[in-house]
Amino acid sequence: MARVPVAEGIFTWPSDDPQLVGSRCTDCGIVTFPSQQSCPRCASMSMAEHLLARRGRLWAFTTQSFPPPSPPYSGPSGKEFVPFGVGYVELGDVKVETHLTVADPDALQHGMEMELVVVPFRTDDDGNEVVTFAFRPC
Amino acid sequence: MSMDIAVVGVGLHPFGRFPGVSAIEMGAIAIRRALADAGAEWRDVQAAFAGSYEVDNPDAVVALMGLTGIPFTNVYNGCATAASSLTMAANSIRLGDADLAIAIGMDKHLPGAFSADPRLYACPSWYGEVGQFVTTKFFGMKINKYMHDHGISHSTLAKVASKGYRNGVLNPNAFRRKPLSEEEILASPMLNYPLTQYMFCSPDEGAAAVVLCRADQAHRYTDTPVYLRATTVRTRRLGAFEVHSPWLPIEETVGPTVDASRAAYEMAGIGPNDVDVIQLQDTDAGAEIIHLAENGFCADGEQEQLVADGALEIGGSLPTNTDGGLIANGEPIGASGLRQVHEVVLQLRGQCGDRQVPGNPKVGYTQLYGAPGTAGVSILSV
Ligand SMILES: [Zn+2]
Repeated sequence: MARVPVAEGIFTWPSDDPQLVGSRCTDCGIVTFPSQQSCPRCASMSMAEHLLARRGRLWAFTTQSFPPPSPPYSGPSGKEFVPFGVGYVELGDVKVETHLTVADPDALQHGMEMELVVVPFRTDDDGNEVVTFAFRPC
Repeated sequence: MSMDIAVVGVGLHPFGRFPGVSAIEMGAIAIRRALADAGAEWRDVQAAFAGSYEVDNPDAVVALMGLTGIPFTNVYNGCATAASSLTMAANSIRLGDADLAIAIGMDKHLPGAFSADPRLYACPSWYGEVGQFVTTKFFGMKINKYMHDHGISHSTLAKVASKGYRNGVLNPNAFRRKPLSEEEILASPMLNYPLTQYMFCSPDEGAAAVVLCRADQAHRYTDTPVYLRATTVRTRRLGAFEVHSPWLPIEETVGPTVDASRAAYEMAGIGPNDVDVIQLQDTDAGAEIIHLAENGFCADGEQEQLVADGALEIGGSLPTNTDGGLIANGEPIGASGLRQVHEVVLQLRGQCGDRQVPGNPKVGYTQLYGAPGTAGVSILSV
């Protein structure tokens, strides 16, 4: 059984110290996640790959307490569904929206330090473990 | 403003669930009511703009109204659809294309949260696969951060929702007409912290129509014209905190509601202190609280005291969502903003009965907001 990423190119994988893969505009310097081919600030087509910091601070958060509509959601649903946290983590040059490993709002605080982890998300039809990125308090 | 525009007729098909009735049929009923209100006939209408999410061609309503050959434009602009159809109808009069124009909205949604392919919103597929392409989660994050930054309590969220249901009881056209207490709202299932089930509106069904004309011809239709002083639509700028954003830049700016609101006040020559009755997009109770500040009715954080003092009640200093808002009416997307205009017009005419704002209100305000970061505002006055 392999551990496969939920999508190619959004975090470095396989890796012991995975990093999110964004892009940076070589004209105006804005950083995006995931990478995109044109700049949302200056419309430049000159975007370079940019690896994001592994640590940052929690900027906003909530909980996802019900299974999201499927499709597009492909994770565990029905009785298998486990509520998860969602938030934005500020990584210095960009804020990234992400799953949080903690779903208890009392255990989360605006501004707390967070770090990137890669976590199991679901099992695909071939029996592979699909993994995604998340942030956990650190 | 180049030409004054008057609202001379408003009509509504109630909002709720109507098995066996199509969106088009509801649209036709709303049109007939708006025309009857204006004392006009369908053959008098020279231009039409109809908004819908579920109906590709709402102009098909002509099959039920009369095939008069008029220019008829279908509009979709997310939750701000009605602001767009209203703006376009007003502009068709300003341009001289029509003397009498109609804006229509109709929708018939299935229950439950909206869903779509994230790629249609310029988001990657994985964003939907992992369960982040969820509008309600955005509203949870936005109000949770706002409460932290500006000292708003959970109790205030529940009080605002409870006020919505209470006003819905007074509105025969509303979907939810049962009062819910602050305690019941707080005790309902948590959907996206801090927002519970009863703090959210639901997608539903309904239709609304608004008949507009050149202000100098309004006397032909009514003794009580209401003037459309401004109508604006704006989209998000880089740095606004918006729904369906896999990332945000470090730089921060205000949301499109603030931009649409400022432009509308300028266009109307009216300020927030002049407004007597307010309709805001309350997709959830938190949105109503944030939108009060975004539209200039208070400073960030003042909502806590205003709600405690009853300022948002029908008899308060800032009567807000007097017909129950989206919380009590639900959201048929294409029609929602015209329902707000319908309510404001009835309030300014003094026709709202049990939910009439006292003291002869003279200026009304409506605001819409939705994915992927679009807002609309209108200001009306007698
Ligand atoms: Zn750039």
